[in-house]
Amino acid sequence: MTQGETVPAAALNWPTMPKPRAGWRLPPNLEDYESTCRTFTWAAARDELPGLPGGGLNIAHEAVDRHAKGDRANRVAIRWRGRRGERRDITYGQLRDETSRFANVLTSLGVGRGDAVFTLAGRIPELYIAALGTLKNGSVFCPMFSAFGPEPVLQRMSIGHAKVLVTTPVLYQRKVAAIRDQMPELRLVILTGEPPAGCDPATTFNLATLMAEASTDFAIVPTNGEDLALLHFTSGTTGKPKGAMHVHEAVVAHHATGRFALDFHDSDIFWCTADPGWITGTSYGIISPLTHGLTMVVDEADFDAVRWYRVLEEERVTIWYTAPTAVRMLMKAGAEMAKGFDLSALRFVGSVGEPLNPEGVVWGQEAFGLPIHDNWWQTETGGIMIANFPSMEIRPGSMGRPLPGIRAAIVRREGDSVVELMAGEEGELALLKGWPSMFRGYLGEEERYRKCFVGDWYLTGDLARVDEDGYYWFVGRADDVIKSAGHLIGPFEVESAVMEHPAVAEVGVIGKPDPVAGEIVKAFVSLKSGFEPSEALRLEILGFARQRLGTAVAPKEIAFADSLPRTRSGKIMRRLLKARELGLPEGDLSTLEGPA
Amino acid sequence: MNADEARATVLAVLATIAPEANLSELELDVEFRDQLDIDSMDFLNFIIGVHERTGIDIPEEDYPALETLAGCINYLVAARPAG
Repeated sequence: MTQGETVPAAALNWPTMPKPRAGWRLPPNLEDYESTCRTFTWAAARDELPGLPGGGLNIAHEAVDRHAKGDRANRVAIRWRGRRGERRDITYGQLRDETSRFANVLTSLGVGRGDAVFTLAGRIPELYIAALGTLKNGSVFCPMFSAFGPEPVLQRMSIGHAKVLVTTPVLYQRKVAAIRDQMPELRLVILTGEPPAGCDPATTFNLATLMAEASTDFAIVPTNGEDLALLHFTSGTTGKPKGAMHVHEAVVAHHATGRFALDFHDSDIFWCTADPGWITGTSYGIISPLTHGLTMVVDEADFDAVRWYRVLEEERVTIWYTAPTAVRMLMKAGAEMAKGFDLSALRFVGSVGEPLNPEGVVWGQEAFGLPIHDNWWQTETGGIMIANFPSMEIRPGSMGRPLPGIRAAIVRREGDSVVELMAGEEGELALLKGWPSMFRGYLGEEERYRKCFVGDWYLTGDLARVDEDGYYWFVGRADDVIKSAGHLIGPFEVESAVMEHPAVAEVGVIGKPDPVAGEIVKAFVSLKSGFEPSEALRLEILGFARQRLGTAVAPKEIAFADSLPRTRSGKIMRRLLKARELGLPEGDLSTLEGPA
Repeated sequence: MNADEARATVLAVLATIAPEANLSELELDVEFRDQLDIDSMDFLNFIIGVHERTGIDIPEEDYPALETLAGCINYLVAARPAG
């Protein structure tokens, strides 16, 4: 892809969607974008949060304990819906008690400040209690997606120096038991049920037993803003997954962005459909709604169109934050289905994960009478950076404008500096560093962290352009990272696992465009001599990869190739594989090995 | 389609989506997602696969009926191919 080229604004074919004041059910928090941007400071945003009584800042205090002390003690914080119709309401008062119990459990087991507590679980109440209890204890919370296979789990827990794992007995048996002895730093496993036979009772516990013995009194560890709080893994083109480190100060951004980009008001009932295994499900599926003292809905089940509409209807959800893949699945089911439900409580719909196509934005208007507001951010940014705000007209297909306190630009790297490009020019999206939820490093990878910055700019790796009115438009990734159903997947991680199959000689992995998921993971495989391509072998390799990587990371498609294109230095050219897959011109092949 | 044909069709499609699974142990009344590692995309591909093999149209609101082996068999036995 060429940078710096002027690109016609193709998506401008979609008419702008105005936001007449008469359509506002509540005055938006960000009513006047320009004037708020002028006056906003992060220091003032920090002052809106009380902080710990004796000084210091702890995410769990801002999210839970300060509300539990006040008149929100009996308000429902988490309204949980189980997969089989179970219900559980947890008030702020109860959430304080349960998270304090969990913090006491950790303390009693010798888990302290800075120790990494990992979770591998679906969206069950224990996950939310463990997350906030870990933060109270001054430990570091690291959630993993339950659809990860043993390989991604092992990688992440090893890189993150996991001391504790909280998981379910089923997931433990399926994904952890066989690799546990490869993680010498992992001291304790806490299960949300009876430990399976044969587990050492000195290192494997039943959470319920521990919780029953623990006190509900706990003095939150007096963390400072710069103390490590969260570890979220993300993927690059090469190398291992990267553990993006976030600190307690990030809560200032979680809170402010919830107010501006999701328009949280005190009366809101909020549903973020993301799993906490991905950062959206932590920043906005746990922290931000709770710092605002809202009631948040958690649905344990995976996507199902009818079920989701029922959740929106029955819970009287007012603000709904979801993902383009889900929107496209709902579009497939049709706007008629939406109209069969009473969604009258809904007043704002947001979307994040990958760019929401203009059709999706406009479809929201047809199905719910509300356009869908796309926004943009990354694991590294910790919170929403660029958004379509309730008060602002929508240009369908655009990610919107930077939040107050965020300065964005389109730049071109030139050696040790960057050049800011003009409106309409395509380049790399960059953010001026220094916002509270900016990642503070990749754990153990100082060099990779440094490479993300040029001068005062954080370079996002996303290619974009900005129009003359300051709306940003996503163009593509600057690297080979795959974005499937809103989740970043590193091709190298997939290739490494597929390579372990005895028949595989070489493998190249790309993101293949998909109408629902944005991209799906596709692997091209060439076989060692003595192996012949066959449907049976294709399925065997697919099953092999799924077993190691889990469904969230494994390829959805595998194709055989005689040989894979490589550069002269031996790197597999994923871009060329992708061009061939798409039937696009293959471009400059001069660095290819052998006759092109 | 009779029940045996329906079962064979379902298992054949599942074998292409989750080849790692031991389908001979699949329980009739337990949701696929509790027995197999499949995500939403896999489930969607499963529905598409069943449609392609049987010609039966499966609207979104019927998807929950296909979340177990028994549910699939009942659904396919009762359904008629489109057209």
